[in-house]
Amino acid sequence: MAAPATQRLAIPAGLSRQQVLDIYYFLRLTRSLEERLVNLYRQGKVIGGLYRSLGQEGESVASAYALEPGDILSPLIRNLGSLLVKGAKPVDLFRQYMAKATGPSRGRDTNVHFADLERGYLGNISHLGDMVPVMAGVALSFKLRRESRVGLVYVGDGASSTGAFHEGINFAAVQRLPLIVILENNGYAYSTPTSRQTAVQRLADKAKAYGIPGVTVDGNDVFAVYAATREAADRARSGGGVTLIEVVTYRRKGHAEHDDQRYQPKEELEHWANHDPLDRYTARLVASGWAEAEELAGVDARVARELDDALALAEQEPMPAGESALSGVLACPSAAPLLWFRRR
Amino acid sequence: MAEVTYLEALRQGLWEEMERDERVFILGEDIGIYGGAFKVTEGFLAHFGPSRVIDTPISEAAIVGAAAGAAHMGLRPVAEMQFIDFISCAYDMLTNYVATARYRTGLATPLVVRGPSGGYVRGGPFHSQMPEAAFFHTPGLKIVCPATARDAKGLIKAAIRDEDPVIYLEHKYLYRRIKEDLPEGEDLLTPIGRARLARQGTDLTILTYSAMVFKALEAAEEIAASDGASIEVVDLRSLVPMDDEAIMQSVRKTGKVLIVHEDTRTGGVAGEITARINEQAFEWLDGPIMRVTAHDTPLPYSPPLEDFVLPQTADIVKAARWLLAY
Repeated sequence: MAAPATQRLAIPAGLSRQQVLDIYYFLRLTRSLEERLVNLYRQGKVIGGLYRSLGQEGESVASAYALEPGDILSPLIRNLGSLLVKGAKPVDLFRQYMAKATGPSRGRDTNVHFADLERGYLGNISHLGDMVPVMAGVALSFKLRRESRVGLVYVGDGASSTGAFHEGINFAAVQRLPLIVILENNGYAYSTPTSRQTAVQRLADKAKAYGIPGVTVDGNDVFAVYAATREAADRARSGGGVTLIEVVTYRRKGHAEHDDQRYQPKEELEHWANHDPLDRYTARLVASGWAEAEELAGVDARVARELDDALALAEQEPMPAGESALSGVLACPSAAPLLWFRRR
Repeated sequence: MAEVTYLEALRQGLWEEMERDERVFILGEDIGIYGGAFKVTEGFLAHFGPSRVIDTPISEAAIVGAAAGAAHMGLRPVAEMQFIDFISCAYDMLTNYVATARYRTGLATPLVVRGPSGGYVRGGPFHSQMPEAAFFHTPGLKIVCPATARDAKGLIKAAIRDEDPVIYLEHKYLYRRIKEDLPEGEDLLTPIGRARLARQGTDLTILTYSAMVFKALEAAEEIAASDGASIEVVDLRSLVPMDDEAIMQSVRKTGKVLIVHEDTRTGGVAGEITARINEQAFEWLDGPIMRVTAHDTPLPYSPPLEDFVLPQTADIVKAARWLLAY
């Protein structure tokens, strides 16, 4: 169906040209930051695993970008893009992955497991699904205080098998809480394909069990994810309750950097490499005349400079002092007792 | 002064905190129109309304998880487990999420999880548990166990005002059996982390908490009357943080220690208390530290079986006499 020429050039989903460029910046920042992290990982400077979001940056960035400043999201390990949109700085991530004293978790918990409620993110824990009830509680606070704010929680195809996912989404649905659940169907939970995770064909169908709307969108189409999240956020803000959005995407790397991906067919990897969200987005911007190639190259250069600066800063910062591990288990007493065999 | 039951004291404490601080809200199963399985929250829905008295699905992980999220945002949730036995359904949420949140992220999680605990009520394996040992081991959670009506009130109020997550274990056997004159119009607060000297004595110390405080007191009276020995009873009240100072003070005074708890023996709190005394007051001991606890079985409901498995006053008397003669 051919659209009239004047409409073909309109940017979808009510986005402005500046916003479109903004989104491009975050997509590029996410990808380039991860590439820097891979280098650091290979140099042995990353402490712990490194989990790439290659191929999934589109849905992370677009869904977070659809939120308002007061909204709060809870990322997974592959939602670096959503954290950056919400205001996490590349230097925070370098510090965090290198386990520096200056990192947001002060060397206590790995990768994206950190929080800043002012900026609007609450990092996940490794027990998948647990953030659904917790984010239901965050959304409950919005409802009780009659604030026009929305919570967004990411879960994977694997996490949708957990009891916590079910309990959290059911509770939120019954309470009609302003919550968006983004169910990332990226094909694999570690090595387990989605077909061995659930007998459901379309993951959004799980919404039916909770009496909430469930939609499936192309997770590698930035505009589609943005529009679906925007719609869910509007519904949540106007008292319409929870929406489940299944974003269909693909995990182009292994579970973590050590994973040889022996279980992912070569043709499948090639197919998805040809449907990369950043490539698709860039091509569409240029073809539609929403951005010039030189303009985008300028953004790339800016990202590279920002990452250079952030890495230079983080690398020379100190590791935490061992004894600092004892503080802050509880508010009172403020530190765990130092054991006698460690006393000087 | 007015005489109130342990249950009424708890109810008053909750009520007063909800009146005092609009950030406080309660959530749990059947706590609204029904007033809770034991009527702890009777009348709350009518007075405070459905946004502060939230009936939930049967969903302990959601109850505790949602309480955690709301607590991060500055609210003060009090989550009820209909029976504390079901807290195990939220074990992951409590130990992995709630207990670690401050340490990992710096976020406060000021919530209270409370519920009816304990046996002697023929409730069987799933309506009689004392779950403290499962959480005692996890850094990041506080645990309180009131024995008296005053502390039932004082500790719920202190728990709600605390900046840390608190597991509040009320004992259902005490709900309507324990009565006490409590002052009216006074802000009763029991400091968390401080033990209470329930009975002064010089010859032997019984360290205990929750409903066992009364069995220990009965045993002490019986021994005083028949043997003339003087037994000190320390009501720990708070398991985390534990009042080591009060424990060691009593140990140094009497030199003999009997630890009594209703929970099963292996891996129970008594083992940890024993280790602490060993480390901090070994030279003051005049005998081995002994334990009276439940036997290591699930708790059966048939009266002769439950009575056999759980510690009774006669067991405490027997153990105390053995230790006094050591």
